[in-house]
Amino acid sequence: MLRTALFVSFVVLAGTGGEMATTVAMKRIGEVHDFRPRAILAFVGRAFRQGWMWFGFALMTVSFFALLALLSWEDVSFVVPATALSYAVGAVGARFLLGETVSRTRWAGVLLVCCGVALLWVGK
Amino acid sequence: MTTAQARRTKTAVLLVLMILFGAVGDVLLSKGMKEIGAVEDWSPAALARTFLRVFTHPTLWLGIASLIGFFTCYLLVLTWADFSFVLPASSLSYAVVALLGWLALGESVTPLRWAGVLFICLGVGLVGITPHSTTEQA
Repeated sequence: MLRTALFVSFVVLAGTGGEMATTVAMKRIGEVHDFRPRAILAFVGRAFRQGWMWFGFALMTVSFFALLALLSWEDVSFVVPATALSYAVGAVGARFLLGETVSRTRWAGVLLVCCGVALLWVGK
Repeated sequence: MTTAQARRTKTAVLLVLMILFGAVGDVLLSKGMKEIGAVEDWSPAALARTFLRVFTHPTLWLGIASLIGFFTCYLLVLTWADFSFVLPASSLSYAVVALLGWLALGESVTPLRWAGVLFICLGVGLVGITPHSTTEQA
């Protein structure tokens, strides 16, 4: 049970952290306006020169392998819904790390997700 | 068929494909990892052996291919549909994963687990219908 909790945390925290890091990298590069192949290649080149991009990839890789390890002993009908906790981590990260305003409706959604994951644990 | 009808049909087809590819991909990853066996030995040599088996296992590659299919449909549908529509619609994938886990892998899905999945689908749906640039509205 403890091992499962630990790996769900790895999947959720590393996955959300990876998405946030790649977001930081993409925001630093700026919005894409030119969609010609050469411009897109240049854009991808700039993306790969961002440290945050590599940090994001590293975290997402950790998340993927933690998911594979978790699936080697837990049911997929438990694991995949449990990873929806990333919406809760994302909302908390957006509010407290990025200083965004999170609406009441979104908090209500996060609360429902957390209740759902609690029910999954109880139903194990 | 009018342009609006064509777009609705295109959106529905891609959403269904997206949900199916995503759920089938997860189920195949699960099937592949169960065939490999529970990861319990964390020594470097055992981990290296597990990595080798993961990267040479056909079911896992099928799962990864299916997840690439999911991601392609997701990106395509986002080129015309709003994220605030796509996210709640895609929350159905949690229910499809549970259904496939039960039907294809013979997992025991208790009523409490179904209830949990329902709460998660509703929660993700609610998260998805909120505005995405809340900072500007504050």
